[in-house]
Amino acid sequence: MVATAPLTRGFNCANCGAAVELRALQHTRAVACTSCAAIIDPRDPTVFVLQTAAERERVTPVIPLGTRGTWDGQPCEVVGFQRRSIEVDDTRYGWDEYVLFNPYRGFRYLSEYEGHWNDIRTVRELPRLESSGKRTKISYRGESYAHFQGATARTDFVLGEFPWRVRTGDEVRTADYIAPPQMLSSESTDDETTWSIGRYTEAAEIWKAFSLQGEPRSASGVFANQPSPYGKRLKRSAAVFALLAGLLALFVVVRLVSADRERVLSERYVWRPGAGEPAFVTAPFALREPGTVEIALGASVQNAWLGVDLALINVDSGTAWNVSREVSFYTGRDSDGAWTEGSRSSRVLLPAVPAGQYYLRVEPEGPTTSPQVPYTIQVRRDVPSLLPYGIAILLLLVPPVANLLRMASFEHRRLQESDHSA
Amino acid sequence: MRGPAGRCPNCSAPIQFRWSSAVQTVCTSCRSVVVRHDLDLDAIGEISDLPPDSSPIQLGTEGRFDERAFTVVGRIVYEHADGGWNEWHLVFADGTSGWLSDAQAEYAVSTLVAPPPQPLPEATAVTVGVGYPWRGEDLQVTTLTRARYTGVEGELPFEYWGKDEVLFADLRGHEATFATFDYSETPPLLFVGRLVEYDDLSLRQLRSFDGW
Repeated sequence: MVATAPLTRGFNCANCGAAVELRALQHTRAVACTSCAAIIDPRDPTVFVLQTAAERERVTPVIPLGTRGTWDGQPCEVVGFQRRSIEVDDTRYGWDEYVLFNPYRGFRYLSEYEGHWNDIRTVRELPRLESSGKRTKISYRGESYAHFQGATARTDFVLGEFPWRVRTGDEVRTADYIAPPQMLSSESTDDETTWSIGRYTEAAEIWKAFSLQGEPRSASGVFANQPSPYGKRLKRSAAVFALLAGLLALFVVVRLVSADRERVLSERYVWRPGAGEPAFVTAPFALREPGTVEIALGASVQNAWLGVDLALINVDSGTAWNVSREVSFYTGRDSDGAWTEGSRSSRVLLPAVPAGQYYLRVEPEGPTTSPQVPYTIQVRRDVPSLLPYGIAILLLLVPPVANLLRMASFEHRRLQESDHSA
Repeated sequence: MRGPAGRCPNCSAPIQFRWSSAVQTVCTSCRSVVVRHDLDLDAIGEISDLPPDSSPIQLGTEGRFDERAFTVVGRIVYEHADGGWNEWHLVFADGTSGWLSDAQAEYAVSTLVAPPPQPLPEATAVTVGVGYPWRGEDLQVTTLTRARYTGVEGELPFEYWGKDEVLFADLRGHEATFATFDYSETPPLLFVGRLVEYDDLSLRQLRSFDGW
């Protein structure tokens, strides 16, 4: 039979007479009366008022003191509450901290700033300085944390029990380092530096754990160690992109391998300067299936050019596709050595031509002074075009790129609140 | 494990040492501090009641540290300006002793390292931030505490009686290593161990608390 020991004790506040309860008994180093907020020494509560309530606005904790819950798989009780604040650019930013107690596992803390919650514990390993450049990095249990913000935190209001001698007006120097969803924080006085680690926690998790009424207020802005929702989305959209791009690549390969590339016309001509009206038509040829048509012009020009206006004309309907091609090729030698410019061949791909009988109307044009130029015209059907696939890849890239931009914007908003904003 | 037995020199109640190397115990009947000189027992004084305490640990609590089973056989209660803590005297299954410190349910297990591998700084020279090399790690003094004991209970490996305020320097490392310089003796004592989670210790035979 194991006897149980008392852990709670009640007394009347030496300042206002209201009932005060100690829930963590000997662990408690200071208790603030929930009625008048006077801070009392629990070792002799009827005598020692450590501090009468500061004349500040009373703050009501969202989680009432005495609330029990199951946190991290263990029962615990909310025994203390404080409002703290820092000053940045002449503005005070306040946040709340709750003291959780379990008689076996000791104390841990919850903090809330503008709807953003953290689950905080003290750390056992001293963090190690990793690099102290523009943005200091420290490592803790093998993970790297980047400096976020340094400030002086002031305790503005307290209620209930604390495992240290809390006072309103207490000031400590703080430094926060982040590796979302974790945040390492140091609090320093002249005598001591203590480290704690916070884990960003969804308010709904806390509401459930402590069976709280109503809805938590929605979080505003981006908090220091809030995990980016876009990291996950970026990963997902990148995975979808990789999958679809892979499929697309497969289609491209199949298309490249299976395309007919059927030659339907291949003719040689000679351009003769000053030969009068140069236009002519080719013999008709058949395109047996609708699809792409490639027209290629080749000419053995040397320091000369040759242009050809071409029309692909349907024998039955007279529908025409007009294209112009020009080739030019020049060589020479200068102080840098030999050079060449231009190309002796040129091709054009018509994306969608119906099946049927066709002929080409050809109208060559060249320099009137040059010697005659032999040239070839070739027509092939079902030549694969990569353009639609390129467009498809660009479209597929839209979601991951959008998520990347959103992620960058999220990180930018996060850093806006730090000492390292641009 | 059963150690030597005898009778309290003050009230004749039976005294049973649980640990063969115990030097001191407190008579459970009259609260005399009983010191053992071989098998003769001397009562050297009476202690006041222990201060009320909220530690879940008590004499007889059993647990494990790095797979080594231990039993809690004694305790020293320290108090300082801002609070206090317990040093629970552990006896491991192999008969060696160690300490489980419990400061507001933050736990550390340590053992005496004698002699220290490097001399410890003088009490006047130790400040927060002072380093001490330990097995390739650089430990740092993180807290200085001036404390006095307010009670003893059970069996202890030395005579602990009537000491004045003592300086303790707590050190930490990057791997949860924990050390204490204890200036109750000259030269000072070195204890080294590790900060541990409650759940790491597999504690049994604990106190239970109303409502928990």
